[in-house]
Amino acid sequence: MISALFFYLFAAVLIGSAFMVITVRNPVHAVLFLILAFFNAAGLFVLLSAEFLAMILVVVYVGAVMVLFLFVVMMLDVDFAELKAGFLRYLPVGVAVGAIMALELIFVVTAWITAPETIATVPAQAEDVTNTLALGRILYTDYVYLFEAASLILLVAMIGAIVLTLHHKEGVRRQKPADQVARDPKKAIEVVKVQSGRGLS
Amino acid sequence: MADFWQQYGIPFALIVVQSVALIVILLVMIAFLLYADRKVWAAVQMRRGPNVVGPFGLWQSFADLLKFVFKEPIIPAGSNKGLFLLAPLVTAGLALSAWAVIPVNEGWAVANLNVGILFVFAVSSLEVYGVIMAGWASNSKYAFLSALRSAAQMVSYEVSIGFVIVTVLLCAGSLNLSDIVLSQQSPYGLFGWYWLPLLPMFVIFFISALAETNRPPFDLLEAESELVAGFMVEYSSTPYLLFMLGEYVAIVMLCGLGTVLFLGGWLAPFPVAPFTWIPGVIWFVLKVCFLFFLVAMVKAMVPRYRYDQLMRLGWKIFLPLSLAMVVIVAAVLQFWGTGS
Repeated sequence: MISALFFYLFAAVLIGSAFMVITVRNPVHAVLFLILAFFNAAGLFVLLSAEFLAMILVVVYVGAVMVLFLFVVMMLDVDFAELKAGFLRYLPVGVAVGAIMALELIFVVTAWITAPETIATVPAQAEDVTNTLALGRILYTDYVYLFEAASLILLVAMIGAIVLTLHHKEGVRRQKPADQVARDPKKAIEVVKVQSGRGLS
Repeated sequence: MADFWQQYGIPFALIVVQSVALIVILLVMIAFLLYADRKVWAAVQMRRGPNVVGPFGLWQSFADLLKFVFKEPIIPAGSNKGLFLLAPLVTAGLALSAWAVIPVNEGWAVANLNVGILFVFAVSSLEVYGVIMAGWASNSKYAFLSALRSAAQMVSYEVSIGFVIVTVLLCAGSLNLSDIVLSQQSPYGLFGWYWLPLLPMFVIFFISALAETNRPPFDLLEAESELVAGFMVEYSSTPYLLFMLGEYVAIVMLCGLGTVLFLGGWLAPFPVAPFTWIPGVIWFVLKVCFLFFLVAMVKAMVPRYRYDQLMRLGWKIFLPLSLAMVVIVAAVLQFWGTGS
């Protein structure tokens, strides 16, 4: 009963904040509502006793991805008039994408009625292993080559991003840590015995 | 109805009592740790430090608390009021919530989660939001620049903390913090804890923890010579107090995490009679105080890093080093050890 109560709490806040993401004016507020939505999704995972997924969702999406998002949104100077200019032009495409997604969601939700056998074939959760261990077995034992392939794709994307943004400008003075560490007082300063009343000439 | 109370009411009440007890004890401890921090700092600089309020100035933190609470909170006219007030609450609330899973003695954790270490990691990665929100909502250029700096800094050092945690997990074979402590139990006592076999990782963890909590020498986000006081410029009174509190709770939490991961948590340093009579919680507190003393000494002795040095240390030194250690430790466990 308590878990049902929490389910409705998380679900309601999730839907509410997801709605706010696309309706609020201020992009920074939109990102913060998106964070709230992720948080509640993590709560739903916990209720399904998939605590590993919940924590990873928070660490990866909220802790890393959304920070970069927030970074970008804060730095951008969003011009709302310009954003609204193309509204009618893009409307048909937007409606088409939205309709397809809505249709797919309806199919997923009604699968309980239309195709009960797909849900019946889902294997029951093993009793003796924690879900961290179960996930580890699937990822690193059963599907290790696919997992390696996916990580290679990510590596390629990472290198691509670095190559695209890295420009080596000529004639820029950079910090050279090795030189800075190698500096010692003998090279940097000179101790002079100054005679009083005469100074350095 | 009686059934309902049996099933939910009593456990719920128990959790509330445990949480309140933990928070009260923690906050009182932090009041004295703050005093100790200032005393250590003063001693290194050959000053007296706080010595006016109470015997030896022991009540200084409580006097500060009253002073902060009775001052007027000023909210800048150009600020985003909701976020401006939410930011300190987020900082303090998140820092406190991580303590829920830290085991202070055998079975003494408010929530003995199976993924406890991930919970701590998740919460400490969220702490950056308090700073970003404060910096943005203040609508001040110093606060904003400081928020950007701190976001970059905290995200960078989280990576190496993550790898440090992974190596400990490889050795312990569990994500549960209590299990991690128990896996360090051995007849060698103090020398069986993970700080010795994983010494490089312990050093990386300690330095990354300083950077993660924005302690000196990595306190670039409140570098007063460049950014006035960083993201807290516009804050006064209780909101400022909450930031300070959140910062110190986070520092003590990372000291606690270091104790659990590397210093054997509540275990006695020598597993023989006079040491094992002392309750584990006292050992835990002593170890946390020891780590906090190190943090305070670093603050007193080390000059502030330059920002490019900070980023270089995080990405070019700690990341490859910790990544290499993950591989080495995994290989050693696989070929010679008894990795689970």
